[in-house]
Amino acid sequence: MEHLTLIIGVVVVTALVFDFTNGFHDTANAMATTISTGALKPKTAVAMSAVLNLVGAFLSVEVAKTISGGIIDEGSGIQPEVIFAGLVGAIVWNLLTWLAGLPSSSSHALFGGLIGATLVSVGWNGVHMDAIVMKVLIPAIAAPLVAGIAAAAATRLTYRLAARRSADQTAKGYRAGQITSGALVSLAHGTNDAQKTMGVITLALITGGSLAPNSDPPTWVIVSAALAIALGTYLGGWRIIRTMGKGLTDIQPPQGFSAQTSSATVILASSHLGFALSTTQVCSGSIMGSGVGKKGGVVRWSTAGRMVAAWGLTLPAAGLIAGAAAFLADQGSWGVVTVAILGVAACATIWAASRRDRVDHSNVNDVDPVTGQAVAAEGGADGAVEPVSIPAPRTATGPAPQATV
Amino acid sequence: MDIDWAALGEVFGVSLVMTVALVGLFTVGIVGLSPKTEPGGPDGSAGPETAPSALARTGAYVCFTLCAAAVAYGIYLIVK
Repeated sequence: MEHLTLIIGVVVVTALVFDFTNGFHDTANAMATTISTGALKPKTAVAMSAVLNLVGAFLSVEVAKTISGGIIDEGSGIQPEVIFAGLVGAIVWNLLTWLAGLPSSSSHALFGGLIGATLVSVGWNGVHMDAIVMKVLIPAIAAPLVAGIAAAAATRLTYRLAARRSADQTAKGYRAGQITSGALVSLAHGTNDAQKTMGVITLALITGGSLAPNSDPPTWVIVSAALAIALGTYLGGWRIIRTMGKGLTDIQPPQGFSAQTSSATVILASSHLGFALSTTQVCSGSIMGSGVGKKGGVVRWSTAGRMVAAWGLTLPAAGLIAGAAAFLADQGSWGVVTVAILGVAACATIWAASRRDRVDHSNVNDVDPVTGQAVAAEGGADGAVEPVSIPAPRTATGPAPQATV
Repeated sequence: MDIDWAALGEVFGVSLVMTVALVGLFTVGIVGLSPKTEPGGPDGSAGPETAPSALARTGAYVCFTLCAAAVAYGIYLIVK
């Protein structure tokens, strides 16, 4: 094993924590529609997703190379402390959006964190703006659109082809289709997202001097990142699953199938070309596309709007938190320790807040159905369904989240 | 700034075509395998359900095999 200093060890652990949050944040992408239509039981779904994420993580290292060398300039004197600060920013933002039940991009949180920390520590020449635009911003806008269009077209087609069969007659078929396409998305997610953490850890090892520049990720990095994301996936971000599965549009099996197939193809096609795109944004785009594609489909645009707002805020918000953390960490060892303590405190606070309004596998499907008006799901008239509100993001609409760091 | 439109276009094109093709094929397969409801009597009620014919079933399996092949190819591309 390479020579590891303490700070690099801290960075590796923090990166794996981020990978873990990435796991449960993104479970919704593959499994939300499968769970919400009842194609699979919640626990079964996340177990399957976890295993496939693990497998996918081993399949490809294309995206990892983008992270290490594309956006941040390794030669510009970046220290592991900077990466640490970047990761802290990403983790805190991930947890805040998880608390609000909003599907936001873990990838953008990571990029934002790294960029913010690098800007504060090194300055503008530490980041490659072209790479950011080409590999992050453009795919961020294009990918959900592509996925949405593909899903809408596929939804329309599948309804038309199955028009002369009733829902009961095709139910088993669509269920099989949903399980298969959900499995594919999980696999695709594993190939795409675990790589980002591998790339970050490799970057830390390179900047800390333990690895030669432009190296491939070592095996232990691959294994640990794969395990972290699989574990996070299994624990399941139920709050986000609920938003994606029920909160955006009322998904029927044909729509779920189309949406997931669309997500899988977009993610796999991009991974193949080395584009680091946001699986969350692609899957959300697909779901909305499938909602639009069905005749008489209703999309809850208020929720969609809050979600897109969170997307736009992710890069800057994570960047701000990370920038603050980087400023502190640059002061010296005590700065790094302070950031670590504040980070842990923030995570604990958010977790405690989440227990007050618990969402888990037993109540993940309890949402009032989407009606014609854009109503919030509060005060359900039906006493049998526990009325649950998708909480308005307490922090996502502010300029910066409540500064707990 | 040098934007690689070709690559982006490729992703868009491939995704759109593959998604619609896969979903369409699979749906044809499902429809082929599912029972059909015969049009009912003059009062508009639904008739009895009939099982799919052998031809329909064979066609369905062909569709599913094509889907599986496409998926396998996709995975192979990643692993390569």
